[in-house]
Parts: sequence; C-alpha cells; structure tokens
Amino acid sequence: MGWFNYFKQSNPTSAKVAKERLQIVIAHERIDRNGPEYLPQLRRDIMEVIRKYVAITEDQVNVQFEKGSDYDVLELNIALPEREH
Amino acid sequence: MSRIVVVTSGKGGVGKTTTSAAFATGLAMRGYKTAVIDFDVGLRNLDLIMGCERRVVYDFVNVINNEASLSQALIRDKHVENLHVLPASQTRDKDALTPEGVGRVMDELHELGFDFVVCDSPAGIERGAHMAMYYADDAIVVTNPEVSSVRDSDRILGLLQSKTYRAKQGESVREHLLITRYSPARVAAGEMLGMEDILEILAVPLIGVIPESQSVLQASNSGAPVILDKVSDAGQAYDDFVRRFLGETVPHRFLEVEKKGFFKKLFG
Repeated sequence: MGWFNYFKQSNPTSAKVAKERLQIVIAHERIDRNGPEYLPQLRRDIMEVIRKYVAITEDQVNVQFEKGSDYDVLELNIALPEREH
Repeated sequence: MSRIVVVTSGKGGVGKTTTSAAFATGLAMRGYKTAVIDFDVGLRNLDLIMGCERRVVYDFVNVINNEASLSQALIRDKHVENLHVLPASQTRDKDALTPEGVGRVMDELHELGFDFVVCDSPAGIERGAHMAMYYADDAIVVTNPEVSSVRDSDRILGLLQSKTYRAKQGESVREHLLITRYSPARVAAGEMLGMEDILEILAVPLIGVIPESQSVLQASNSGAPVILDKVSDAGQAYDDFVRRFLGETVPHRFLEVEKKGFFKKLFG
C-alpha cells in the first residue's frame, strides 16, 4: 500500500463487511440450533401460509425460541409490507 | 485418565493436520507421552505430515476391528521421544469408526500410560468428525480469518456442546480457539478479519494465532512438523500455543505488521 492510498478510506473495508455478514448469519444459525428441531420447518410452513395472502420475503418473518425456567417461549414476528394509501 | 484433545474445524484446509502434528510434537518435546490419531478414514494424511508414511503397517481401523493390537499399530515418531502416531485406514470407509471401538482404543491408550491423546478430525460434520470429538476433554478449534471458516467453526462449537460424551453427561468440553494463516498486514489493510473480530463472533478463549508462513509448506514437504523449525515464525507461534495449553502465560506474538523501511512505505 503506497502513500496515495491514504486518502481513499471512505467505504467500509471488506473485513468490516465480512464481520457484519457473519454476525447476522451466525445469530440466525444459533437460534435454530438452540431451539427445537422442528423450528426451521415451522418457519418454512408459516412462510408458506402467509404467502397465500400477502407477499413477504424470508427476512420479514422472525421466529425466535427462548428457553425459560418454567416454560419456553416461541416468538413469532411478521412484518407485513407497507400499506398503500 | 489420559487427556483427550480434538483438533477440529468443520471446514477443510484450515490447518487441522498441521496443527495436530505440531501440537502433539510440542507436547512430546516437553516430556509428555503423547499419541496422535488420524480420524480421517479413507483420506489418511497425518502420516505424511509427520513423516512416517513409509512405516505404516497397521491402522486405526485394524485396531478397532481387532485385526492388530494397539502397540502393533502405533508408529514411534522419529523426531521426538514419547510420541506415537496412529494412522487412519486408507481403504475403509468412515463407518468403520464406532463409539465403542474408539472408546476401547482410548481406554487402552490410557492403560499404556499416555498423558495426551490428540485426535486429528476430518473436515465436515459426518461420522469421522463426530468420532474424533466424542471423547474429547478439550477441543482446539482451528479457524482461518475468513467467513466460511468462522461460520463452520461456530457450527462445530454447537456440536461440541451437544453431541460429545461430556455434553451428554451434562459437562462441557473445554474450548480453545486457534487462528491460523493470519496475516497482520492484510488485517491492517482491512482485507482480513482481525483476531478481535473473530473472538467477538465466536466467543471462545483464544489459545494462539499462527501467522501465514512459508515454513508450513516447507515443513509438510519434508515431513517434519513445523514446530521443529524453531527459527520460523509459525514454528515459534505453535510452540507458544503448546505452552499456553499447558498452563503457561505467554504473550501473543506475530500480530503486528513488520516494520517497513521508509522507501518501502512510500513505494511498497
């Protein structure tokens, strides 16, 4: 790297991009791993049902499984597309 | 009991066998009676890296199938005392490994007085990899500063926490992160994930950072584990890692870019 590269540091570096992508994908995979085995299939099934009525993409459906002391919680978050006015 | 250590990663080509060879050699150099086992049934390679490929008579699967005794199959290392290699079978498939068979070999190694058993895991998450980690007390998770390797390491950590004998007993395998093929210059340039980034993502205690080094290829070319190359950066970094594993406090080295001269900085 020569001295003329010194001035062009405006874009995020590829290492930074790599880190952000990894954090997202690993967070998702850990949720699947720690939850019950049916979780990935459940997510796919829910997607399919909702898609019959509304056009959504995979990242609009968030299925989370949380282990509690007395009971476990399955949290389902679906962001619907913006309303047309 | 002998302390059983698996060297694993998920992804292939990150340096598991190089690490297993260096680690086992380092332990033996310090006087510990050590066995290193190749779990990559069908794709044996530890023998080449250890330089004992021409002395293989019996293998791990022969021992499991009672076709040879353990002492017949163990190859005495020619570089250091106290070190023995148990090669993988080149002809069978990985289904030859069973928890019972592997467990019996581990018990026998203990009876023979081995202090450490190093299990060189195959890549992937299939049977060979499961068997390599199954009886582990410790796991060395080998990771390259690269997205697919880090992701696979996280996957392997999940398996260590759920599919091992210790996990099934409600205990845990001690996890250690070893970053290999690290290039401080590329990290400084923002082209490579830094050590801190990987630690933040995987959240496993760091046991060593091995720099990208020409000496690793030279070592495998000649069949002498790189830790024997005491002048090389990688050899020294592996030696530091072994010392840390044995409980010493050793500062990390080779993490900074080598200082360049003025002209190199300007035109380099």
